Amino acid sequence: MTVPTSTYELTHLQSLESESIHIIREVAAEFERPVLLFSGGKDSVIMLHLAAKAFWPARIPFPVMHVDTGHNFPEVLEFRDRAVEQLGVRLVVASVPDSIASGRVRERPDGIRNPLQTVTLLDAIQEHGFDAVFGGARRDEEKARAKERVFSFRDEFGQWDPKNQRPELWSLYNGRHHKGEHIRVFPLSNWTELDVWQYLAQEQIELPSIYFAHQREVFRRDNMWYAISEFTQPREGEEVATLTVRYRTVGDIPVTGAVESTAASYDEVIAETAATRMTERGATRGDDRLSEAAMEDRKREGYF
Amino acid sequence: MELLRFATAGSVDDGKSTLIGRLLYDTKSIFEDQLESIERTSRDRGDEQTNLALLTDGLRAEREQGITIDVAYRYFATPKRKFIIADTPGHIQYTRNMVTGASTANLALILVDARNGLVEQSRRHAFIASLLRVPHLVLCVNKMDLVDYDEDVFNRIKNEFRQFATKLDIGDLSFIPVSALHGDNIVHRSEDMPWYDGTSLLHHLEEVHIASDRNLIDARFPVQYVIRPQAQTNHDLHDYRGYAGMVAGGVFKPGDDVVVLPSGLQSRIAAIDTAGGPVDEAFAPMSVTMRLTDDVDVSRGDMICRPHNQPRVTQDIDAMLCWLSEQPLSVRGMYAIKHTTRNARTQVRGLDYRIDVNTLHRDESADSLSLNEIGRVTLRTTQPLFVDEYRRNRTSGSFLLIDESTGATVAAGMIL
Repeated sequence: MTVPTSTYELTHLQSLESESIHIIREVAAEFERPVLLFSGGKDSVIMLHLAAKAFWPARIPFPVMHVDTGHNFPEVLEFRDRAVEQLGVRLVVASVPDSIASGRVRERPDGIRNPLQTVTLLDAIQEHGFDAVFGGARRDEEKARAKERVFSFRDEFGQWDPKNQRPELWSLYNGRHHKGEHIRVFPLSNWTELDVWQYLAQEQIELPSIYFAHQREVFRRDNMWYAISEFTQPREGEEVATLTVRYRTVGDIPVTGAVESTAASYDEVIAETAATRMTERGATRGDDRLSEAAMEDRKREGYF
Repeated sequence: MELLRFATAGSVDDGKSTLIGRLLYDTKSIFEDQLESIERTSRDRGDEQTNLALLTDGLRAEREQGITIDVAYRYFATPKRKFIIADTPGHIQYTRNMVTGASTANLALILVDARNGLVEQSRRHAFIASLLRVPHLVLCVNKMDLVDYDEDVFNRIKNEFRQFATKLDIGDLSFIPVSALHGDNIVHRSEDMPWYDGTSLLHHLEEVHIASDRNLIDARFPVQYVIRPQAQTNHDLHDYRGYAGMVAGGVFKPGDDVVVLPSGLQSRIAAIDTAGGPVDEAFAPMSVTMRLTDDVDVSRGDMICRPHNQPRVTQDIDAMLCWLSEQPLSVRGMYAIKHTTRNARTQVRGLDYRIDVNTLHRDESADSLSLNEIGRVTLRTTQPLFVDEYRRNRTSGSFLLIDESTGATVAAGMIL
């Protein structure tokens, strides 16, 4: 945070940062075993950065966890390991392929593993006894997430009950729960995609390279460009091209679309984000297109 | 760019969704895929027009029943400010949601239908905004197009509301005649109301002065977390002991004499740290880490303040309570209480009166509070809390009551 001027005003990024740090510290103070979900995606990168700031000069007092679908962009995996090492935090990997191998979940016919993450995540929460789980979800992303609390209660099955949420007032967060239940915590609730990019630029935070324009072999499916990779191949009749693209979100390769873009720097991405007419999930996430309430349904079951 | 949080209250009938939709649409904050999605849904449902309410009604049940159940947050920005809208349902059974939205709002926007004038609901919304000490209130008289943009209609409603507002404690009150449907006085000044010499709603939201709403006088720092780095990683930090928290009021500077409650020990601020470097001053709502010159015992739940300006240290609290739970208030019952960073237990010793949120009538014979009801109570806490009047400080003057067995948040309290 830069030194404020004597008019006692904070910029919107300072206000958001301060609110997020307050939330992260509150969790560290009131819970026994918090964990921060870290995928290497931009929101989780910011969350980790804020956690580092919240406890500076001490280390982050909780581990981070990656729910790994096995369908990763290599650039993101490399970034994940480097970020974790730099901050000296412990990394827990909860693996969807392991869940498949042990018979906890079955591979879907379409090969998409995003929905399978829920079981892997809940198993890991139970196994490690985590009582607070930080997620990088933002309310501006999606209409069901717009209804989410900052401290969001999950029952012993990890379920979210959107009609029976605890009222959340002022900056007082109620983290009460019984053993086996847990709280999902969303410190970035009030950030928008544009705030995220402005903050990344302001703080000069490093991101996986796929967030910036690069050449990639892609194919067209359901009006989106998907990467050709060891997990995803074009079907017959699908258009294949080599384009200059970047990713607006980072997830399971088979459901994460790229957008055509030449934005190669923070400033160029900010300009593009400010002018875009599509939401990031609408433009890049195949999994949200399943139905009007796809996200709400997944969240009820315990998804991020 | 500054951040302004505002709460909107009013029902779909008042055109609240249309108004929000208009603000978002005219500031280019609605995305094409969102618009396509609600156009498709509106068509499927057989609505004649695109139903902008679908933008905020995000839950399946809300869409199915066509009602807003819960607070929805919406975000938009202009080159001048970033805005967070807490969109709250207007009906009386959702009072708790309006209370929630208003608790963090800088401004409350209340909608009135020009054809109907002030109704019970408008008065209730104004009362709740004043109870929660929202510093700025805007009354939007909507659907002016349906009363031929008549100045007299607007003035009549304005005067009636002013009269009612004298019974309330409202800092800054503005009136704007609008037509959300046609966009009159929303983003641009209306050409149909030349008699109106005020600004458009968006201009008002961009310009209203909010910096001085915060309490910059009473220095209050609830200690949230004690930062003590592990010495083996860095020997320079061996003696580092920082008190992390969010400033709740006033201004703190290095060199200031301070007192720590409840111990009463005095010390001086050695430095105010952030990860980005030390700062010369800290004020609300900055999250910082304070170091003191003396090695005094300080832990979470303590309060750092100035020796000559201290909060009240007390176990006896008079407060207005808004009941948020289906399970009614049990007088003499025990609850957990959460106040700043301090947790304690409390007994509700008595209910002085219940207030009728529509008429402001006080019912002194009431013996309980049910969901959405508001009343004045006296509490006795198991440990002293460090409190200010809510009217002076929304942070050190507010608390939650929590049901100890279910963990549910059952009441929001404002200290008198």
